[in-house]
Amino acid sequence: MPFRLPRRGLAQIAALIVILLIDRMVSPQFFDLRLQDGRLFGSLVDVFNRGAPVALLSLGMVLVIATGGIDLSVGAVMAISGAIAASLADSHAWPVAVGAALGAGVICGAWNGFLVAVLRMQPIVATLILMVAGRGVAQLITEGRIVTFSSPDLAWFGTGSVLGIPTPIVLVALMLLVTGLVVRGSALGLLIEAAGGNARASELSGVGIRPLIVAVYMWCGLCAALAGIVAASDIMGADANNAGLWLELDAILAVVIGGTSLFGGRFSLILAVCGALIIQAMNTGILLSGYPPEFNLVVKAAVVMVVLLLQSPKLSELAAGLGRRRA
Amino acid sequence: MKRLPPVAITALVFVAGFATCAAQFPNFASTRVVANLLTDNAFLGVVATGMTFVIISGGIDLSVGSVIGFTTVFVALSIERLGMPPIAAFVLLLLLCAAFGAVMGAIIHFFDMPPFIVTLAGMFVARGVSFLMSTESTPITAPLYSDVSDFAIMLPGGGRLTTIALIMLGVVVLGSVLLHFTRFGANVYALGGNRTATALMGVAVGPMTVRIYMLSSVLAGLAGIVFSFYTAAGYSLSAVGVELDTIAAVVIGGTLLTGGQGSVLGTFIGVLIQGLIQTYINFDGTLSSWWTKIATGILLFAFIALQQAIVRLARRSRPRGEGVAKP
Repeated sequence: MPFRLPRRGLAQIAALIVILLIDRMVSPQFFDLRLQDGRLFGSLVDVFNRGAPVALLSLGMVLVIATGGIDLSVGAVMAISGAIAASLADSHAWPVAVGAALGAGVICGAWNGFLVAVLRMQPIVATLILMVAGRGVAQLITEGRIVTFSSPDLAWFGTGSVLGIPTPIVLVALMLLVTGLVVRGSALGLLIEAAGGNARASELSGVGIRPLIVAVYMWCGLCAALAGIVAASDIMGADANNAGLWLELDAILAVVIGGTSLFGGRFSLILAVCGALIIQAMNTGILLSGYPPEFNLVVKAAVVMVVLLLQSPKLSELAAGLGRRRA
Repeated sequence: MKRLPPVAITALVFVAGFATCAAQFPNFASTRVVANLLTDNAFLGVVATGMTFVIISGGIDLSVGSVIGFTTVFVALSIERLGMPPIAAFVLLLLLCAAFGAVMGAIIHFFDMPPFIVTLAGMFVARGVSFLMSTESTPITAPLYSDVSDFAIMLPGGGRLTTIALIMLGVVVLGSVLLHFTRFGANVYALGGNRTATALMGVAVGPMTVRIYMLSSVLAGLAGIVFSFYTAAGYSLSAVGVELDTIAAVVIGGTLLTGGQGSVLGTFIGVLIQGLIQTYINFDGTLSSWWTKIATGILLFAFIALQQAIVRLARRSRPRGEGVAKP
C-alpha cells in the first residue's frame, strides 16, 4: 500500500546506481565500509550522511511542489533554526533547543502557508519574502556572529550514531517513514495530489484546500528546521550567512529529479530522497575524482536540463517543433 | 492609466522615506547623497531594467546575478591576462550574454518549461563557468578604468554624477522608451497578459520570448561591466543573490509578478528605495546590515499584498479577462 515504485522510478534508481558505480570506478575504495568506535565509516556512508540535509528538505519540498507550489525559503528557515538551536544549546537542555528550533520552522511554514492559501499569493513570491527576510532574522538571532556551542547532546544530531548508523541518516529514514505513513497511509496524499492537479475541481468536490496547503507548508518548515539542526550540529555552530545557502535549489532539483512535476500533481517521497542522493553522489564523485569542486555547479545544471528535457511533453513533438522553428 | 497607481505609491514611499531620513539627519538632503545613491546602485538599476521586461512578459530570470559574476571575471581575465582592449572585451562579452539569454529563451519556449527552472539551470551554468575561469579576485588596471572612475559631472552642492550612474540613467531612459513606445514593448505586455491570445493575434511568441531573455542577459552583462567599473576587479563570487534584490526592486516598483503590468520607472524607484534603506542604515551607524534584508522583506510583503488587493478589486469590478494593459 505505502509506496508505488514499479515502472515509475526505475530511471531514478538506475541513475543512482550508475552514478555510484562511476564513483566506484573513480575511487576503488568507494564501497569499503568499516566500523570504528561503533559507527560506520566509508564513502558510501558519507554520500548518505552528507545528503541528509537536502534529503530532509526534499521530503517537505516534494509535498509543497505536489500542491502546485514551491518553497524558496527553506534555506533561510534552515539558517533560522540552526541559529536558534545553537544559541540555546549550551544554556538549556537539548529538548528545549531542538523544540524551539523545530517550532520556529513550523511558524515559518505557517507564515508561508498563510500567504499562499489565505492571501492567495503566488508561491514563488510568497516564499521569496521569507527567503530575503529570513536570513536577516537568522543574523539577528546570532547577532551577526557565528555562534558555536559545545553541548554533546545537540552535536549528536549531526555527528552521533544509532546502532552504527550516523544520526542524520536515521533521521532521514525516520522522517521518510513518518511522512510516508501520514501521507500514503491516509487519503491525505491523494488530496494533496488533487489540490495540485486541479485546485478548483478539488475545492468544488469538497476538499478543504486551504488548511491542507497551510499544513503542507508547515510540514515543509518542520523538515527545513530539522535539516537546519543537522547542519548546525554537524559543525557545532550556526553561520547565519551561509547555513543552507542555495540548498533550496538543491531540494527543488532533488524533487524534479525524483520525477515530480513542477506544475503539481503526482509525487513520490522515496524518489525525492533518491534525487537528493543522486545529487550528493555526483558531488562526492566530483570531489573524489580530483576535479575542482567548481565543476559541481556545471554538472548539476547539465543534469537538471537533461531530466527536464526527458520529462518535457514537448520532446515527442521535437521534430515537428524544430521544423516549425526553421520555417 | 491602469499602470499609474502602483508607481505613484512607490514614488510616495520613496519621497516619504527620503523625507524621514532628511528630517533625522541634517546632511541627508544633499546632491552628494543622491549622487552616491545613484552610483552605488547603478548595476542594480541596469539589471533590474532587464528584469522588468522579463517579469512583465510573465517570466522570471534567476540567472542575472551569476551573469554579473561571470562578466566581472570574464572582463578582468580578458583584459589583464589576454591583454585585450577593454572595448573589444565588452563587445565579445555582450555577444556571449546575448547568446546565453537566447538559449534560455529558446528552451523555455520550445520545450514549454517553467522559466523559473530553466533560468535556475542558467544560474548554475554561469556561476560554475566563472568559478572554472578563476576563483581569485583579479584586479583590473587598464587605463580606461581609471579614466571612467575619474570622470564625473559635478553637481551643485558637491555631488559627483559618475559615469556608471550616467550609464544606469541612460539604460532606464532607453528601457522606458523601448517598453512604452515601441511595438516590442506592447508585445511584452501582451505576452504577460495572455500568451494564447497574443499568439492568436499574430505575435510570434517564440522569437519574442527569445528576445526578451536576450535583453535581460545583455543588460545583466552590462550591469556586470558597470559592477567591474565600480569595484575595478573581477571576482567569481561577486553579485551572489543579486537576482533576489533585482526581483524585489521590480516588485516594489509596482510590476505585477504574474505579468502584464509594470513600468521601468517604477523599477528605477524600487532600486532607489532599496538603496535608501542601505543609506539610512549607513547613516544611522548603530543598526546592523542585516536590517536591510528584513526591511526589504517587509517592503516586499507590503507591496505584494497591495498588488493582490488591487488585482482583486479589478477582478471584482469586471467579470473576468483583465490583463493586457496595451493593445
